[in-house]
Amino acid sequence: MPALIDLILAGERVDNHFPWARAVVAPKMWSFAVEQLVEGHWGLLGLWGEPGVVHMALLDESARDIGVVSLVCPDGRYPSVGRRHPPALRLERAAADLFGLLPQGAPDTRRWLDHGQWGVSYPLGTQRTFSPTASPYHFLPAEGASLHQIPVGPVHAGIIEPGHFRFTASGETVVRLEERLGYAHKGIEGLMAGSDIDSAAKLAGRISGDSTVAYSLAFARAVEAALGVEVPPRAVWLRALMAELERLANHVGDIGAICNDASFSLMHAHCGVLRERVLRASDAAFGHRLMRDRIVPGGVASFLSDEGTTAIWSLIAQIRQRFPALVELYDNTASLQDRTVATGRLRVELARQYRAGGYVGRASGRDFDARRGLAYPPYGELTFDVPLLQEGDVNARVWVRIHEVEQSLSLIEQILRQLPDGPIRIDFAQTGGPYEGMALVEGFRGDILAWLRIGKSGIVERCHLRDPSWFQWPLLEAAIEGNIVADFPLCNKSFNCSYSGHDL
Amino acid sequence: MALILELAVQGTQMMLVLLLAPLLTGFVRKVKARLLRRQGPPLVQPYRDLLRLMRKEVVLADNASWLFRVIPYLIFAATWVAAALIPTFATGLKFSWTADLIAIVALLGSARFFLALAAMDVGTSFGGIGASREVMIASLAEPAMLLIVFSLALVAGATQLSTVAAFMGSPQVGLRVSLGMSLIALVIVAIAENARVPVDNPATHLELTMIHEAMVLEYSGRHLAMIDFAAFLKLLLYVSLISCVFVPWGLATAGAGPWTYVLGVIFYICKLAASGVLLALFETAIAKMRVFRVPDFLGAALMLALLGTLLLFVSRSL
Repeated sequence: MPALIDLILAGERVDNHFPWARAVVAPKMWSFAVEQLVEGHWGLLGLWGEPGVVHMALLDESARDIGVVSLVCPDGRYPSVGRRHPPALRLERAAADLFGLLPQGAPDTRRWLDHGQWGVSYPLGTQRTFSPTASPYHFLPAEGASLHQIPVGPVHAGIIEPGHFRFTASGETVVRLEERLGYAHKGIEGLMAGSDIDSAAKLAGRISGDSTVAYSLAFARAVEAALGVEVPPRAVWLRALMAELERLANHVGDIGAICNDASFSLMHAHCGVLRERVLRASDAAFGHRLMRDRIVPGGVASFLSDEGTTAIWSLIAQIRQRFPALVELYDNTASLQDRTVATGRLRVELARQYRAGGYVGRASGRDFDARRGLAYPPYGELTFDVPLLQEGDVNARVWVRIHEVEQSLSLIEQILRQLPDGPIRIDFAQTGGPYEGMALVEGFRGDILAWLRIGKSGIVERCHLRDPSWFQWPLLEAAIEGNIVADFPLCNKSFNCSYSGHDL
Repeated sequence: MALILELAVQGTQMMLVLLLAPLLTGFVRKVKARLLRRQGPPLVQPYRDLLRLMRKEVVLADNASWLFRVIPYLIFAATWVAAALIPTFATGLKFSWTADLIAIVALLGSARFFLALAAMDVGTSFGGIGASREVMIASLAEPAMLLIVFSLALVAGATQLSTVAAFMGSPQVGLRVSLGMSLIALVIVAIAENARVPVDNPATHLELTMIHEAMVLEYSGRHLAMIDFAAFLKLLLYVSLISCVFVPWGLATAGAGPWTYVLGVIFYICKLAASGVLLALFETAIAKMRVFRVPDFLGAALMLALLGTLLLFVSRSL
């Protein structure tokens, strides 16, 4: 098995790219990297564009190494990755919509984020063209006797994010599900390009509301990596505290919401109370319920007062007291187990191929957690388990969350005990440039990738943030196949992919 | 004079079910909310909802036929008539001699048939899904219901609800296995017919899991008000049916004095409240079942009702 570094060394290595290396490679090496992806030696972390260049981030899990390969394509054409490695398909389609980079030989050339409503094509590319009309979107065909289609969304009966789901069903059984996303596109990548670091950090925190801490952390770590900023220890630990509080709130909320989709509102009510307590404790500790804009490049924006520490300690005590009873309720309600067990099964091979992050991957036997796999500080000094299950059904995804809640509680305790004193933020100045930085951070859904380039004057030239949902949405399509239509909401909620983070 | 009195009592019954039906639904919602430690909407919220819907404009699909517009009234009328035939607070009502339990089942069956037609009329996929699921449930619930009627008729010697209620209130009924089976079967049928958890969730916003709600997704304004009102009435109807057959105490008899009637109404409201609490408790304690488990659930009702009937053939005392 070739090492990632050999590939980088074979190309033209780019200066000032931290902490991992980036190299501009020849088309032959690009194809070699794709082969390694297909063989499963490396994992695809992300694929994004720039005018005339396409980048691909690769993960070598065994060597705990990450590398970025870039292919220069002045004519906007490059050999498709998705042709051999399907997880790259939607990333390629998004890069094509935004930058006009056309993957050669791609099996799917339909538009993805661009619904023909922008008035322009390739808004971030070199060949920005005006195209006022929307072309019809052709869903993949499914043929057979007595098949019928059920279009759902993008406007739903409940107040949720927009997304269109096209079911082809035979009676109640789903034969094919096809998603169409992009309705929540906000043009974040376009807004970030050209803005200063502070505004870009704010934008990063607004990509997906439930993961605002994780996104801010990913962005801040990428900036600090690029500029070589050493963050004060107390800030590092406070960041981890916020990240674990966010994970706790989201997992507890999710467990209740999944049960609610099986009409078991009792769990939902109790979990809702717990989630609210987490949010209130976060508010008491950091001055914002969701801790938005509390992590900034260079440190954190709010210090933790003694009252805040007390609030978190009492929160831990409350959850430790109430949560086991809820787990027992979940486990002992036969009618609920009947819904979750064996529903929406995701195969282990698919989870591995798509490098599914978070609970989706860990419920299907994919043993990866960026907190452990890359051990970014302070997680190297903390002890925690990464839960792993093989079943891959809704029940397994609930159980992974339950175990992660327990792990997060223990992590929060460890952090509070070991929290060092000192400053929480340092100012940093930049000399020279441009600098490039990247970071991989474990959000509650999975690993979030951040990559950016800061220009000479401290302006963000290009920033790409890849949500874990990019690799989870396609798996939802696979997991629902063969299930009944009425079980889709349950499966969907157990995946709980982000619309906003995906649509950018 | 006697006729006028009887008509007055019957009229009171018809107005009473109309008045109480939204309250019962509101009460169940309130109890459920309290069980979940929520404040819950006020008890009168269903009345407000009906008023609001009555005032609102009706939005019709372009391809809606005349059936789509007529059906809400048909459903409401059929359900109301069926509810008027049930001895709620008094037996021997004037109209109750014109139709028996089988007629009530038939009235509800036609209401459902029309609703399923209306759901498919506009041609949306949700209407189709809802209609097909509803009919799947009905194809098991209706035979179960008829077998329950047969059991009751074999015990009481009549399908007339007033006679059945009078017989069930008398000491000669005794403890019977077949009646226990009928009670369980009737409760299951009532849950399925009223689209309650675990068969359907009346509060869901997930369009793909809906049954009853999926059928009425295209309705709005006064049409929706009629359909909602009919659903409230149906819940009241089933609760009244169960209580008049299996808890027949406190029912006023024909020709009794006005105080007996008042007492009957008070008893009736207590029974409704007790049933509402029980329903809310049951719904809170259980998750919704998979669509394809519903036939098993209703199959149990069908088998129980069948067994009850067969036992009665074997021995009249069981």
